[in-house]
Amino acid sequence: MNTEITINSAEPSQLQSPAKSLSREEKIGRFIIFTILLVGAVVMMAPLAFLISSSLKTETQVFQVPFQLIPNPVRWLNYLEALTQKPFFLYFKNTMIIVIFNQIAVLLTSSLVGYGFARINFPGRDFWFAVVVATMMLPYYVTMVPQFILFSRLGWMDTYLPLIIPYFFGGGAFNVFLFRQFFRTIPEELADAARMDGCSELGIYWRIFVPLSTPVFITVSIFTFLFSWNDFIGPLLYINSPEKFTVALGLATYRSMMGVGRTRWDLLMASSVAMTAPIVLLFFALQRYFIKGVVMSGIKG
Amino acid sequence: MSKTFEVPATQLPQPSQVRSGLGGSLHWFNTPRGRRTVTGYLFVSPFILGVLLWVVYPAGMAAWLAFQEWNLITPAKYVGLRNFEIMFSDKLFWQALKVTSIFTFVSVPLSLIISFATALLLNTKVRGLAVFRTIYYLPTIVPAVASAVLWAWILNTDFGLLNSVLNYFGFSKVAWLQRPEWALPAFILMSLWVVGQPMIIFLAGLQGIDDVYYEAAKIDGAGRWAQLIHITIPMMSSVIFFNLILGVINSFQVFTAGYLITNGGPQNGTLFFVLYLYRVGFQNLKMGYGAALSWVLFFIILTFTVIIFRTMGRRVYYQE
Repeated sequence: MNTEITINSAEPSQLQSPAKSLSREEKIGRFIIFTILLVGAVVMMAPLAFLISSSLKTETQVFQVPFQLIPNPVRWLNYLEALTQKPFFLYFKNTMIIVIFNQIAVLLTSSLVGYGFARINFPGRDFWFAVVVATMMLPYYVTMVPQFILFSRLGWMDTYLPLIIPYFFGGGAFNVFLFRQFFRTIPEELADAARMDGCSELGIYWRIFVPLSTPVFITVSIFTFLFSWNDFIGPLLYINSPEKFTVALGLATYRSMMGVGRTRWDLLMASSVAMTAPIVLLFFALQRYFIKGVVMSGIKG
Repeated sequence: MSKTFEVPATQLPQPSQVRSGLGGSLHWFNTPRGRRTVTGYLFVSPFILGVLLWVVYPAGMAAWLAFQEWNLITPAKYVGLRNFEIMFSDKLFWQALKVTSIFTFVSVPLSLIISFATALLLNTKVRGLAVFRTIYYLPTIVPAVASAVLWAWILNTDFGLLNSVLNYFGFSKVAWLQRPEWALPAFILMSLWVVGQPMIIFLAGLQGIDDVYYEAAKIDGAGRWAQLIHITIPMMSSVIFFNLILGVINSFQVFTAGYLITNGGPQNGTLFFVLYLYRVGFQNLKMGYGAALSWVLFFIILTFTVIIFRTMGRRVYYQE
C-alpha cells in the first residue's frame, strides 16, 4: 500500500526536497553566506600572503609603499641568506633532538599510563584520574618559577634535559586523557581472550591495544611535535648558549642580533616561513588527524 | 583408555595453599585485586611520579617561596607577607592585571562570537566547505614565534599590511605598536586571527546536532532565528562552555607575542601578566616575589573559573 504524505507549508522555501532545485530565496541566502565566508577567508589568508610576499622581496622593495603583492623580482636568495646568516640548520638539528626524544617519551609513557587508567580497575584509579584532569587545567606559569629553581639545583641549566625529561613521566596529562578515552572504546573481549591465553597486561597493551590505536598515536604524535617545535618559553628559560638554540629561539633572537641599520624584514619573513613551512606541510599531509585531535579534545572535554 | 575424574573446584589446590611458604601478608599480591592494584599502579606510576616531581614539589616550593626573598645567589630570607604588601602597592602589578583583564574580557567573547558565527555559516553545506575550513584553521598552526614576528611586521606603522589596507580604504595610519592606546587593541586583533581553533570545535559540535530537532521546529513554524536560540545554542552549550573556559585560560597565559613584539610596551600598555611574572622572576631574579605573583594569578583564574562554572555550568546541556 502506498501512503502519500503531503506537507503543507506556507513557505515552500523552508522545506527542501532533495530532488528539486533551490528556491530563489535559498539561492540568494547561499550566495550571501558564500561571499561572507570568502571575504573572511581573504582576511585570514592576507597575513600569510603578506608573509610570503615580503619574504621574497629585495631589501628596498620590502619598504615600498603602497604594498605590492607579487614581488618583482622574486628573490629566492633571501632564503639562503636568512638561513645562513644565523645557523638555522644547527637550530633545526637541535630542535629535532628535542623533538625525537619527546616523541619517544610521550608516545610511550602516555599510552602506558592511559592504558592503566582505561583497562585496569585498580583501587584509587578514579582519584588519580581526577588528578590527571586537574593537571590538564593547571596553567604553566604556576610552576614556572619553582621548576626553574628545581632544574637549576639539578644542574640542568643550559641543557635540553628540562625540556625532555618531564615528558618521560606520563607525557602530558592531555595525552594520557586522549589515550584513556580511546582505549576505553576497544572491546573488553579482546583483552579477555588474550588474558585467557596467558598474556600479561603489558602483552595485551603491546600486542592488541597499540596496533589498534594508530589514529591516536598519530594525533598525539602531531600535537607533541607541534608543542616541541613551537615551544618558546622553555628554551628561553633553560638554554643560554647560542649554539644550542632551537629554531624558535633562533628566530626570536634574530631581530635583536640584526645589529645596526634597518631591520631586514625580508630576511625575518623568510626565516618565519622556514619555521612555519614544516608544520604546514605536516598539516596538509595529516589534516585528518589535526582536525580530529582538536575536535576530540573539544567534544570530549 | 583414560578416565576423567571430576574434581570439585574447592578441592583443587588453592593458590594460597600452594604458595603457603610466603606467609599470609604477601598472599594479597596473588589475589586478583592485589594483582590488579600492582599492575595498575605500575602502568600509571610514571604519571604519579611526574605529578609528584614536577607539580606537587614545585607547587609546595612555590608556596614556601611566596614568603621569601630570594635571588638564587644569596641565601633566601624569610619576609612573611612582605611580598604581598609590595604587590598591593606595585603599580606594574595592577597594570599587568589591567592589561590581561581587558584583553581577556574583550578578546574571549569576540573570539567566541566570531568562531561560532563562522561555524554556523560553514555548517550550511556551503560549497568548498573543506577548503574554507582549512583556510580558517591554517593560522592556528603557525608557530607563536613566527606569528609574533609576522604580526610585528604587519603592525609596522609605515610599511605594515594593516596600515596599507587602512590607507587603501581612506583611513589614516595608526601607530599600532607605538601608541599605548592602540597596542592592546592590536593584540586583540591578533588574537582574532586564530579563531579557526574554536571554530572547528564548534563546527564538529554543530554537525553532531541531529536534524530531527530542526525538522520538528520547522514543522512547528520556527524561523531561523528561533531555531538558533532554542535548538542550536542549547545543544551546543557544552561546547560553548568548553571553548569559553579554554579561551579564558589561554588568554591569561599570553606571553610569546607580548615578549617579542612589544616587550610589554609601549608604556606598559601590553604588559601581560605572565610577561611581568617573567620579568620579575627571571630578569630581576626576584624569585620570592615571582612566586607570590604566580599564586595571585592562579587564584584569580581559579576564582574566575569557579564563577563561570557556577553561573553557566548549570545551564549546560550534555548530550549523551
